[in-house]
Amino acid sequence: MKKISVIDHELVPEHIVLSERDVKSLLAKHHISVGELPKIKISDPVIKEIGASAGDVIKIIRNSHTAGKAIVYRLVID
Amino acid sequence: MKTSQGRRWFSLAKKDTLVKTNISKAAANKVVRLLEATKKVATPKTIDSKLNGLALPASIIEELRCDLHKIEITESQLDDIVNTIIDAYERAKVEPCEAVGVIAAQSIGEPGTQMTMRTFHYAGVAEINVTLGLPRLIEIVDARKNPSTPIMTIKLEPGYADRDKVQALAWEIQKATILHLGDLTINLTEMQIVCDLNEKILNQRKIAVDDVAQKIRDMAKIEVHQNNRKLLIRPKNVSYRELLQLVEKIKSITFKGIEDIRRVVVRKENDEYVLYTEGTALKKILQFDGVDATRTKTNNINEIEEVLGIEAARNAIISEAMDTLREQGLEVDVRHIMLVADMMTVDGEVKQIGRHGIAGEKASVLSRAAFEMTVNHLLDAAVRGDVDELTGVTENVIVGQPIRLGTGDITLTYKAKK
Repeated sequence: MKKISVIDHELVPEHIVLSERDVKSLLAKHHISVGELPKIKISDPVIKEIGASAGDVIKIIRNSHTAGKAIVYRLVID
Repeated sequence: MKTSQGRRWFSLAKKDTLVKTNISKAAANKVVRLLEATKKVATPKTIDSKLNGLALPASIIEELRCDLHKIEITESQLDDIVNTIIDAYERAKVEPCEAVGVIAAQSIGEPGTQMTMRTFHYAGVAEINVTLGLPRLIEIVDARKNPSTPIMTIKLEPGYADRDKVQALAWEIQKATILHLGDLTINLTEMQIVCDLNEKILNQRKIAVDDVAQKIRDMAKIEVHQNNRKLLIRPKNVSYRELLQLVEKIKSITFKGIEDIRRVVVRKENDEYVLYTEGTALKKILQFDGVDATRTKTNNINEIEEVLGIEAARNAIISEAMDTLREQGLEVDVRHIMLVADMMTVDGEVKQIGRHGIAGEKASVLSRAAFEMTVNHLLDAAVRGDVDELTGVTENVIVGQPIRLGTGDITLTYKAKK
């Protein structure tokens, strides 16, 4: 039995916790409130592993089929 | 052609002919500067710096970079190319207020009519049955907790290059019950269960007779007499009922391997061994020594969500749906599937498309009523005193108002002159 790290799996894209300043500029850029972002649960294995807390915004760099790289954001919820 | 023309204009400018033809000196200098830029050859460095700042997807930029590095062009040609591409990209984008969901539904639904109702085999692994075709697609969009044929594809770490080692690992993983290890006979006159273990299989699966006996003692809490490779088991009380119950109990014990993995098939694919399993247990398998924890997959999307998270589940939905469609020879643009996968995973958990998911959680009462269980929705809404804001398409079609799509979503205001 070995310890596994889910973020290494090829299905899991890169998750980064966004700084408060970046969150502000992101929301201002798209004219949205933080609640309008897609969600990710705090119990999500990746969130557990990177140690984010509820209310954080996660930047996800997906390997897109069409765009090569696509950046999306998710709000961590309870 | 452009360069040769540019060169001619340039030479004309040099001879001050432009000045003679009533153009000011400053304007002439500007023309000269512009034409010099036209002639300047774009170096790989300038191409890169030009491309890096562009508002284009990474894949387009990368393709462009590869192509541009192969040819020799001037800086103005580079500008032309880049501008043309940005223009084409902007035009290819979906218009604001376009009903992309309906387009996705049509684009998946139409080829879906050509899918087989039941396909039950797997290209390549003939020994394992897999649900394919329409039933599988329905399974994916319905976000079923357990697929009807759960399958895992286990990739192995680089060290596993010879068949015996791989087969040994497969034996570690595959579930072994008493029926796998030997014969089970019920002696009714003696009121006992006789378990005749097969030596060859025990060696193959690396289980000792003692282990089997001990396991039965622990799990069934019963006395087991050992006679060489024969195990004799008697129920505590002499009754047929108890005897038969005991048989069932012993049959259900897993002696080796993972409970949910019923079968493992070893295959060689492109110089590496891959294990296919009937039944899934992603979390346990990933922790196994020798299993490549970065490439091992399952077709159970729910399990992927639990073990690897919501983003992995989204990727799994896309790849599973695309594979199912492609296997049937249908080419559906991945963007439609991506939209479906995005909708299914926006709330942080995998939701189904239908009644208990996206369609059932719409804010509008009329929209929900138009989908399924009309009376229930209208009645509940009336009891609660719900308000429909009439923001969606369906609601407005029902009440006979212009729908808010495309140009219909634009409201014009007139600013009167003071």
